[in-house]
Amino acid sequence: MSAAMDRVEAQALFRYVLRLGDLSLILGQRLGEWVGHSPALEEDLGLANIALDLIGQARLLLTYAGEVEGRGRGEDDIAFLREHGEYLNPILAEQPNGDFGRTIVRQVLIDAFQLELYERMTASTDERLAAIAAKSVKEIRYHLRYSGGWLVRLGDGTDESHARVQSALEALWPYTVELFAEDELDRTMADSGVAPRLSDVQLAWAQRIDAILGEATLQRPRDRPHSWHGKRGQHSEHLGYMLAEMQHLQRTYPGARW
Amino acid sequence: MNAVCIDNHDSALAWQALAAVEDPEIPALSIVDLGLIRYIEPRPDGTLEIGLSPTYVGCPATEVIRRSAELALRDAGVGACVVTQVLSPAWTSDWITAEGRRKLESYGIVPPERSVANMRDVLRGDRPVACPRCQSVDTETLSQFGSTPCKALHRCRACLEPFEYFKCI
Repeated sequence: MSAAMDRVEAQALFRYVLRLGDLSLILGQRLGEWVGHSPALEEDLGLANIALDLIGQARLLLTYAGEVEGRGRGEDDIAFLREHGEYLNPILAEQPNGDFGRTIVRQVLIDAFQLELYERMTASTDERLAAIAAKSVKEIRYHLRYSGGWLVRLGDGTDESHARVQSALEALWPYTVELFAEDELDRTMADSGVAPRLSDVQLAWAQRIDAILGEATLQRPRDRPHSWHGKRGQHSEHLGYMLAEMQHLQRTYPGARW
Repeated sequence: MNAVCIDNHDSALAWQALAAVEDPEIPALSIVDLGLIRYIEPRPDGTLEIGLSPTYVGCPATEVIRRSAELALRDAGVGACVVTQVLSPAWTSDWITAEGRRKLESYGIVPPERSVANMRDVLRGDRPVACPRCQSVDTETLSQFGSTPCKALHRCRACLEPFEYFKCI
């Protein structure tokens, strides 16, 4: 099926692709909550467009995950019919939107992560992931331009906007540790060349984030030890509420189509 | 030999049919103008394979384009064919044809800057985009995301008119 399948077990690749796909899916669903509620029409369009791109990434990744798994599940089965503990996104993605500033902080942190991850994944030994990465990374650059631009405006804006994004940064920063916490699955993928080393991604991410925070006159919070394991399916309470809304239609009317 | 002649005939017919398929969001342009058709090739079994690239991964127009393409091929009397999604190499705005750029401009949308060679620079912003109405370069970006994922919203400070810019990607 793919070059990587000779090197890693299908089950491991399946779980790894789910991690990537669920990050896009859950963050895209969160951003979708802004539709009709944004501070201005331009931001409504901006956030909705980014959400669409993320759902597009999720579709490609979850379709691939289903093929790797080989049990006949398609993108919709995987997106809508899994249980809470089967979602493998890092829990930063599921954190509530809060105010516009908090959404922007979460977005900058994840956009920069996706950018550095996917830029490197274009060289993946897995051809399919390399192609998805090459396609997605072009769009992610625009996402970061949007979110980074807003973080600078808010951080270097009024006392009120500065205080709000600084406090959002303090609240969300601890969750970033999970993005780079390398476990056995991450190691397996890096060893086989499917994914980049997370320590390399982290180094580049930190430089990029520091540059944006500097321009935004924001203080980078200190790293603290964490015990988040969204990547292993242990989530915050917020995911359950999201899934209840997201899955409602498919659970109530199985197989419903537009 | 005979089969090859039929294939060539079908390919030409297919290109012609697809050149008439409008983009659902920018009807001034065809999907061939946008550079979305990557190849049209006969398979060993005689089926014609059409390689179609999506512009943006989440663009809702992608499904519509695929269906319109299939319909157009059927209506044109092209034999058995299959539309395949091509992700790699990823679609770039550099593939919009010269004709496509001209049509964009006359439709009032500023065509993308040429060459996406160094996308890292794109993070910091484009060069100023000239207003399609008064040609002033005194313009500002209102939003990186306009009415569709592929367009950004700008405004001219000279004539005060808003306009769209087809993003370089």
